[in-house]
Amino acid sequence: MDLSAINPLLFVAGFLVAATPLIFAAIGELVVEKSGVLNLGVEGMMITGAICGFATAVETGSPLLGFAAAAVGGAVLSLLFAFLTQVALANQVASGLSLTLFGLGLSALIGQSYVGIKPPRLGDIDFGLLADIPVIGPIFFTHDIILYLGIALVAGVWAVLKFTRAGLILRAVGESHDAAHALGYKVKHIRTTAILFGGACAGLGGAYISLIRVPQWTEGMTAGIGWIALALVVFASWKPWRALLGAYLFGGITQLQLNLQGAGVAIPVEYLAMSPYIITIIVLVVLSADKSAAPASLGRTFHASN
Amino acid sequence: MKLTTLMTSAAMVLGLATSAMAQDKTKVGFVFVGPVGDGGWTYEHNEGRLAVEEEFGDKVETVYVESVAEGPDSERVMTQMALDGADLIFTTSFGYMDPTINVAKKFPNVKFEHATGYKRADNVSTYGARFYEGRAVQGTIAGHMTESNIVGYIGSFPIPEVIRGINSAYIHAKKVNPDVQFKIVWAYTWFDPAKEADAAKVLIEQGADVILQHTDSTAPQAAAQEAGNVITFGQASDMAQYAPKPRVSSIIDNWAPYYIDRVKAVMDGTWESQDTWGGIDSGMVGIGEISDAVPAEVKEEALALKDKMANGEYHPFTGPIKKQDGSDWLAEGETADDKALLEMNFYVEGIEGSIPE
Repeated sequence: MDLSAINPLLFVAGFLVAATPLIFAAIGELVVEKSGVLNLGVEGMMITGAICGFATAVETGSPLLGFAAAAVGGAVLSLLFAFLTQVALANQVASGLSLTLFGLGLSALIGQSYVGIKPPRLGDIDFGLLADIPVIGPIFFTHDIILYLGIALVAGVWAVLKFTRAGLILRAVGESHDAAHALGYKVKHIRTTAILFGGACAGLGGAYISLIRVPQWTEGMTAGIGWIALALVVFASWKPWRALLGAYLFGGITQLQLNLQGAGVAIPVEYLAMSPYIITIIVLVVLSADKSAAPASLGRTFHASN
Repeated sequence: MKLTTLMTSAAMVLGLATSAMAQDKTKVGFVFVGPVGDGGWTYEHNEGRLAVEEEFGDKVETVYVESVAEGPDSERVMTQMALDGADLIFTTSFGYMDPTINVAKKFPNVKFEHATGYKRADNVSTYGARFYEGRAVQGTIAGHMTESNIVGYIGSFPIPEVIRGINSAYIHAKKVNPDVQFKIVWAYTWFDPAKEADAAKVLIEQGADVILQHTDSTAPQAAAQEAGNVITFGQASDMAQYAPKPRVSSIIDNWAPYYIDRVKAVMDGTWESQDTWGGIDSGMVGIGEISDAVPAEVKEEALALKDKMANGEYHPFTGPIKKQDGSDWLAEGETADDKALLEMNFYVEGIEGSIPE
């Protein structure tokens, strides 16, 4: 065992990167679910975002344009879900699952000519002197702009949900769509907007994997991160900061267990491998011991005639 | 009414026609653990499938299902394939072993071929490749090339096939570089690019300047390229898009000749349950071109080793070799038999850490 092989600075910086795709996907889904819609298509939107972002970044040479395209790609795919569930009133679970399958297939098709290509690198932000601060500098001030955007997004969603009228309306729609409708709010419009937002966030998360975390395009490369994001929203009891905490816990422990394995720590590898799932669930379940529950209209179809 | 009747009978005629046509075709199914575009393991199996189509043209119909989870779900996929009239089904991952046996029991007339497993039945063959021969070549190059003397190894699951690869690579790295140390990380997945890249990054951060992988995607290659001065080896497929550096060589699985052979055997009615374990000699294991990033004399040594294994002069597991706990395994000059190789569940002397149970 050689713990000195683990560089704590690189470790923390590494898990911030590993957690970012999860943060984007989870915060997007959180907003969608707060509006009363259950979109199980996160994985499909992520992978679509991953390839849209990758292809655009490669073609234009601009990673930022790539991220923009990823958000658009994820949102466009989610529009399909919005049409199915809000206009055609289809079952949300079935629509979400088919969205995942569709996204995986579509991305494989688009991505055929992008295998083995190296994408342009998104540079880190230059914080000048801040980056030179011992310990804090290398951990917090050596990242790309998208990573900070993820954290800002969590703060933004939290503030909007908690303090603004728009957030109140969104939550009202999610708690009781009939009451919101009776008050004159356009339930379908609001939900569609939330779904689009969720799609754009998932797309950004996917592109973060294909452009920064890996960086390459491989079919099916999200490999289940969308599902973890979905679970995270539930275990975070629909609270933005808890979702962030969950993502950091999950990303952090995943990195930690890889590090410990590399350093040859005498903990059985099976326990290390399962630890991210177990610990994240335990911590979030303990935290959500208070009475916060799911949005009351979650997953229910709304039609004005009901 | 008349129109509907007409259409129904037309559909029936068509239906009969297609099923009659299907009778002439040999239907071959493939079950894949990752997507066909993984650039590694599944990609090569799919190349084999395409070679079958190329070889037999109209006489064969192939179907495949990709990204099938190992375990119970694969049983469902295989059952569906058998129900859909497949004559021969290739199940291409270790974790499909028991499902393949279970489904084969229910469909005695369908032939099954399971890759890298050891359980056979009257209608189940097994096949695999001696990847450990390729690992010997990689170990030799890795031992020479590492400057930090730390070689990182990304394992998938602790099964004999993977452990064999680790041991073979270690033995040969140690032979040319007594100071070499292996850091092994188990990813517990065959295909998860983000996790594979993370594992590679962690190993690089801990000082490894050579990364060997036994997972299916090219993500570790991308991570190594990003990190700079690190070399890697293509796994299962050439991964030449990352040559000349980080990828300096590769193990290429060439399944096409075997697949063509076995499909032909089904067509001729000569198919029998058997066990095939091909190596460098039969061409099932190929060594990808060693790039210019490797010094000429190292390249020469690696190729000489490859030739010696191809003509049977040298076995990668030749004694004296001790087990990790110091007990004797192979005496001077003794070589490991296939049974011992197939059941290998221990590290050889010098590797640190323990194998997950």
